Amino acid sequence: MKVIRSMVLVSVDQASLERGAEEVFHKFLEEIDEFGLSDKIAVSTIRDVGLRDDIPLVIVYPDAAVYGPVRLEDVHTIVEEHLYKGNIVPHLLALMRELAPEIAWTRDRRGTLPIEKRIVLERAGIVNPESIEDYILNDGFQALGKALTQMTPAEVIAEIDKSGLQGRGGAGFPTGRKWSFVASTPGSPKYVICNADESEPGTFKDRLILEGDPFSIVEAMTIAGYAIGAHEGYIYIRGEYPRAYHLIENAIHQAEMLGLLGDHIFGTDYSFHIHPHAGAGAYICGEETALIESLEGKRGMPRPRPPYPTTYGLFGKPTVVNNVETLANVPPILRNGAVWYREVGSPKSTGTKVYTILGNVNFTGLIEVPMGITLREVIDIYGKGMRNGKKLKLVQTGGSSGTIVPAKLQDTPLDFDSFRNAGVSLGSGALLVCDEDTCVVDLAKVILRFFRNECCGKCTPCRIGTLRLYEIINQISEGKAVLSDLEVMQNISEAMSEVSNCGLGQTASTALRDILKYFREEVEMHIIDKVCPVGVCPIAKHESELMQKAG
Amino acid sequence: MKKKIRSLEDLNRFREKAFEAKQRQTHLGNVQVIVSLGSCGIAAGAFDTLKAIQQQVDDDHLNEVIVSQTGCIGLCGHEPIVEVITADTSKVTYGHVTPEVARRILREHVLGGKVLEAFVVEV
Repeated sequence: MKVIRSMVLVSVDQASLERGAEEVFHKFLEEIDEFGLSDKIAVSTIRDVGLRDDIPLVIVYPDAAVYGPVRLEDVHTIVEEHLYKGNIVPHLLALMRELAPEIAWTRDRRGTLPIEKRIVLERAGIVNPESIEDYILNDGFQALGKALTQMTPAEVIAEIDKSGLQGRGGAGFPTGRKWSFVASTPGSPKYVICNADESEPGTFKDRLILEGDPFSIVEAMTIAGYAIGAHEGYIYIRGEYPRAYHLIENAIHQAEMLGLLGDHIFGTDYSFHIHPHAGAGAYICGEETALIESLEGKRGMPRPRPPYPTTYGLFGKPTVVNNVETLANVPPILRNGAVWYREVGSPKSTGTKVYTILGNVNFTGLIEVPMGITLREVIDIYGKGMRNGKKLKLVQTGGSSGTIVPAKLQDTPLDFDSFRNAGVSLGSGALLVCDEDTCVVDLAKVILRFFRNECCGKCTPCRIGTLRLYEIINQISEGKAVLSDLEVMQNISEAMSEVSNCGLGQTASTALRDILKYFREEVEMHIIDKVCPVGVCPIAKHESELMQKAG
Repeated sequence: MKKKIRSLEDLNRFREKAFEAKQRQTHLGNVQVIVSLGSCGIAAGAFDTLKAIQQQVDDDHLNEVIVSQTGCIGLCGHEPIVEVITADTSKVTYGHVTPEVARRILREHVLGGKVLEAFVVEV
């Protein structure tokens, strides 16, 4: 299999072409071939780099080095020094300046190569998940021991705060701050909840952590409990994950046998108990207040917020709710220190992120990379390119409630800040890659059907809205809609995102909104011309049937 | 009942013992065959693969082969995955290992020392 380790992009907008971009492109191909690197380095083009005078630009991934203006005679130097020897050529670098507005550019990326870096998944796939010996052999419980015997709860929180760890469940709330809220809120007892109800379609990072390294979650929950002063913890595991449930139960049992969980942990006075709880297959229970309701034995429907769980959580007590991946970051931070953690990722979004790659790419699976790498790198380097050499059309980030990133935005770095600026949600880390054969109406239909089914029915905008949106998109796909339906959809979608009670209703139409923003023409073709350009929707099938009948 | 761990020193002693046990287990000449048993692996048939390996190990009395399990390593597209660690070669990762392929791995790689290039996954 061809393993691309680096990528060269040459700008080929009109102005660049006038200044010899095409020659530069071919020169790169030649030179790379000469150095025998052609099966390791991909050369591609980038169209829009914005208005600038140092064109043609050449961008080299994964270092994110931007060279410009690159003349024909510079190509040899770049290939020899940078691609062959691995040193960036400083005197050829372009001035640091914003590229095109839609390419939120990062030039302050920490570290050199954003190669896969495993912090959360360092043990997954290496150790035996049923053996506590294996876990301890690989640095297990060192962090808990350090916290309980050498640190005060306040010091633990301060360390997590200093590391800049942000919640990995989707919202990106700083974990240290959440812990300190609960620690300082009066009320007893307090609770720790691990949200392992990972139900966002296309996301399976938490399952992998739970199945590959269950002891790390037990350890991390105990640390969280110590930090906030809780003695009971619940782990709410998605019902469809029986193996994860089994492994967590086993991990709890084994840790208790060794005195690493339960009463008098590490011989100290601190006690902490963990209770696993299996979900029953409701998407909504991944929402933290619905999850709490469900844990209390009620129907899983979200509570109005505020009050937030940090003050009024499980059984009305202050509660920390953390995602599995967030918790999995805690032991390595305490073991190696916050400073070490801050070295990884981009300055404002520290650490790594686990992504699940799926869709029309050659490699589907799971990667853990530092924050701040771009979608293009994920697809071309880790995804090993588009399947069957098709062109990228869009990427949906963060599962069904996530945003749609069109191909032209693929150079946006994947971190919380850049994504917030670009109006994109990093979400749960699912990256659904769609090629040119994907129909956006069909995609929206699938997503909206999912939300129609999963809406809990508590609040009106969501209950009616998800149904109406699905009905309309269905009509569009059958060629029965009128143009004004798009306005109706936009109105419903706005109302839902503003007045729905919880995250489900607020984000159910995110994908639809983005599709109308970036692919409106394609949707309108379904309505005006009654044509599905890709040939996926029922109208297209109907059409081909007619054609067959006709002759 | 196991002895409780009461301090970091206890933990490190436990760790050393576990390390020694592991060393004894994987001393020169032993071969480790590790089956990836995440949900993705199981869905792709990893239990059948595991069964085939255990059956073969029993049938041929391959006492020096240690069969163990691990979680998913993120290569879900290549499941079921089997890793072979022999004393002389480094770790080899195989993808799409059906029971039939697993038996071949034991015969040709573990016993014969020849890596089945066609099924190797680059990690």
